[in-house]
Amino acid sequence: MLSRTADNLYWLARYVERAEYLARILEATQRLASVPIPIAGGTNEWESAVATAGCENAFFEVYEEANEETVTEFLAFSPDNPSSIRSCFEVARTNARAVRTALTVEMWDAINGTWLELKRYGNGPTSREEFSRFLRWVQESSLLFDGSAYRTMLRSDSYWFTRLGVFLERADNTARILDVKYHLLLPEAEHVGGPLDYFQWAAILRSVSALTSYHWVYRESVKPWLVADLLILKEEMPRSLANCYENIVTNLDKMAGSYGRQGPAQRLARGVRTRLQNSRMDEIFQRGLHEFIQEFIADNNRIGGIITQQYLA
Amino acid sequence: MPAFDEMTGTEGSVRPAYTELSGWLGEVPPDVLDYRRREAEVLFRRIGITFAVYGEADSTERLIPFDVIPRILAGSEWRLLKRGLEQRVKAINLYIKDVYGRRDILRAGIVPEDLVFQNPVFRPEMNGQKVPHDVYVHIAGVDIVRVDADTFYVLEDNARTPSGVSYMLENREIMLRLFPELFSRHRIAPVDNYPDELLATLRSVAPDSSTSEPNVVLLTPGVYNSAYYEHSFLADKLGIELVEGRDLFIKDEIVYMRTTQGPKRVDVIYRRLDDDFIDPLAFRPDSALGVPGLMSSYQAGNVTLANAVGTGIADDKAVYSYMPEIVKFFLGEEPILKNVPTWRCREEEHLAYVLDNLEQLVVKEVHGSGGYGMLIGPSADKATISEFRAKLKAAPKNFIAQPTLALSTCPTCVESGIAPRHVDLRPFVLSGRDEVRIVPGGLTRVAMKQGSLVVNSSQGGGTKDTWVLDD
Amino acid sequence: MRMHVSHDTVYRYETPPSSVIQTLRLTPRNHSGQYVVSWLISISADCRLDAQDDAFGNLIHTFTAEGPIDELIVHVEGEVETEDNAGVVAGAIERFPPALFLRDTPLTQTDAAIVEFSERYRSSGANTLVMLHEMLGGLNREIVFDTNPTHTATTAAEAFALKRGVCQDLTHVFISAARHLGVPARYISGYFHRSDGVNDQEAGHAWAEAFVPSLGWVGFDATNGICTTDAHLRVAAGLDYLSAAPVRGARSGGAGENLSVRIQIDQAMQQSQE
Repeated sequence: MLSRTADNLYWLARYVERAEYLARILEATQRLASVPIPIAGGTNEWESAVATAGCENAFFEVYEEANEETVTEFLAFSPDNPSSIRSCFEVARTNARAVRTALTVEMWDAINGTWLELKRYGNGPTSREEFSRFLRWVQESSLLFDGSAYRTMLRSDSYWFTRLGVFLERADNTARILDVKYHLLLPEAEHVGGPLDYFQWAAILRSVSALTSYHWVYRESVKPWLVADLLILKEEMPRSLANCYENIVTNLDKMAGSYGRQGPAQRLARGVRTRLQNSRMDEIFQRGLHEFIQEFIADNNRIGGIITQQYLA
Repeated sequence: MPAFDEMTGTEGSVRPAYTELSGWLGEVPPDVLDYRRREAEVLFRRIGITFAVYGEADSTERLIPFDVIPRILAGSEWRLLKRGLEQRVKAINLYIKDVYGRRDILRAGIVPEDLVFQNPVFRPEMNGQKVPHDVYVHIAGVDIVRVDADTFYVLEDNARTPSGVSYMLENREIMLRLFPELFSRHRIAPVDNYPDELLATLRSVAPDSSTSEPNVVLLTPGVYNSAYYEHSFLADKLGIELVEGRDLFIKDEIVYMRTTQGPKRVDVIYRRLDDDFIDPLAFRPDSALGVPGLMSSYQAGNVTLANAVGTGIADDKAVYSYMPEIVKFFLGEEPILKNVPTWRCREEEHLAYVLDNLEQLVVKEVHGSGGYGMLIGPSADKATISEFRAKLKAAPKNFIAQPTLALSTCPTCVESGIAPRHVDLRPFVLSGRDEVRIVPGGLTRVAMKQGSLVVNSSQGGGTKDTWVLDD
Repeated sequence: MRMHVSHDTVYRYETPPSSVIQTLRLTPRNHSGQYVVSWLISISADCRLDAQDDAFGNLIHTFTAEGPIDELIVHVEGEVETEDNAGVVAGAIERFPPALFLRDTPLTQTDAAIVEFSERYRSSGANTLVMLHEMLGGLNREIVFDTNPTHTATTAAEAFALKRGVCQDLTHVFISAARHLGVPARYISGYFHRSDGVNDQEAGHAWAEAFVPSLGWVGFDATNGICTTDAHLRVAAGLDYLSAAPVRGARSGGAGENLSVRIQIDQAMQQSQE
């Protein structure tokens, strides 16, 4: 297939995934911010939401303070922020339009319908309740698109490129949450379960929709090192780094099989997956959680770049 | 003077090809027809023409009105048109080859030299260039109008990148869904083999150096082009890649497309991008839509461009009036299809006649200089006429003039019910290596406004399905 | 004159492009007043150099260099023997009748000012050669040589309004005016050997050829106000700068292109019998 078509499919999937992630962060932040803060001088949750979205610099170029109003505007509706939910859906739809005939009718209807619906939200919600509904709608739209792709697309390179987009983006997103919140997950902070910390951990899990899964996997109360274990190493957890890489490797292997040729993207991705498979949480803590995450983000970016070089350019 | 009506002629009695339709129109209650009309619109929006732009702010504007009453041609009428079109397109191909080659027609004094050399659509870059299998105009959309039972005129030979064929195909698709009973009363020649015929045509003209399975692609200016829908529609129907300039590159005089499996050679480019933009190294240097170096590959004979570069020299308004002589010169035959009588203002006698009869004539500006300047004498006011008189005297070469034609009419659904409206016809003529293929029919365009002769979609024109009876 | 030319076009990129494609009109051909003794083009990148004739009979070369490329050098070197034929160019490759060169192009389109200028010389039209000579002198007085205000996309009309320009602009105005007077005229790109001993130049040269019925094509160098001599080395002919351009190129990716040109033109040592 044309490299440009593959590129459009890949970014279409990435942007839809990113929109969903932003909605999850905003939802978790909204919830966290509504918890009464017993300790004065607690962290600014809105600021950390901006950091988690990976657009601190861009944000502070426009705004002086991170609060509910400015962050909501910037992450959800700003046309000037290329990674706001609105921009994500718009870019996704532009990509979709450029490859209209490579999509199934269901996928097109999903993304085009989302884009049309987005217009109805105008420049933002009028109330918190409405905003909550908006965030739910964003997540549902992403689910609808992802589900349409999963259920209607022919299993060929087109499909594999959309999957790669989804999982590279998802891996990046989970890693960013870990990068911003890693200090909360360090075992040295052994002070067990102050109420704020509990809410923070729960918020992290919620932002990757893993609160329920956590309990099923560990059958104990929320402990920071287990949260890290779940999000990094548990392959059965859909948004963990390990799961993302299982999927990235599988899809890249299918591509290599179909094309009869493999390249650096396959080799690098397998390397990352192997590292995740062979790691244990206590070792990661020993070597430094922060460094581990930073390295992962860099690797993930590199693989994105190499996929582009190998297939999309 | 009442125009010739496709259904009732000039006498008012129903012509044989329309017997069934006329009967049906008499039977069908008006609200049913109206209901079908609205249904057609829904279908167009849902599956058809506008799917690529559905939801755009301007989608309503882009929906070209579709009229559910078909335009019917008898088999005998079509056979005449077909022979005429084949002849005309053959002559056009020979003429273009000559203009960029031996220039016999110029030397013979049949077409004036300056008309060619100083024409902006003449491409000096094509001089001496051999094109694969000597085919220049692979796809022509020849506009035909009718003035009475026996007379068809060619109004324009679109030899560059004619569009509209997607409407021909979609119109038929919609009609088949809406009026199956009407189809069962007729034997109508199918059109849905057009994509196959087009692909066969394009493959047949692949360069000799290409592989046995030539790679054909459709080159579009991109999603912002007004005909993008048609480009993606055709690429899809043909099963070929829809490429933009940036998807292609040239290496060692070969055209490649960038694919996920590495560079893949391209043999035939069905390009819907104008000459000016096709290669920034040969034409407009500021074009970002083209493929740098494409002309070097073309010149080396490694790729076929359909249509060839420089075919505008065949459909230019100034050249048009010479087409009957061109047919005679290259084929030694009388033209089967007539031209609209045309006065060339560059010739003194013609100019004198035109100046004396401006009130009755349509005056058209030829290539370049100023675009769409046109005078429709009968409907123009005195000031406009005297303005044109001055223009004509100043630069007679820039103008041609034609009588105001009474285009034939066809029954059409309008607000007040069914009424006659003026129509034209654009059949699509495909020229391959050794065969001319024409799918029976074409695109019928209809002026929706009463009395209007303007069928262009940009000015409120609509379209109809065109039936050629297999009688 | 036996002229020796060494011409380097050097491209440097801040961000290396992934590929560069160029078409070069950098190879002279013989005509009765010019004989190419030796000529060579070399490209600093690994690539194939494909030769073709263009529609005007110029020899063009096309190459695609694949990157990343941070520097690209197109080197041209050769020796040509030239004769002074008082500007008359005979025996060159002609692919079109002179009438083609009455054709307007966007770069050579007249405007009211150029029309007015050229009409001053129409009265001497009984003799085309005299008319063109007078116009050449007039133009040379009218426009001041200045490398600053114009660029490669400047039109004849723009340059004429500025009253300033380089050889390309002067040539475009001359062509535009000549065509307006009904004289076929074309653009020539090439090299010029300066008589003042300055051998290092930063740009090639350009002049016009006009068709004079009794003589054929005659070279008019508007920048120097003279007909062409044995100091002019004719490389490519076209309707305007774009159709005779020494280099036309495009790149894919990359940014921050920096272009420098070094041309050295001197008189080669005469050969003598040992």
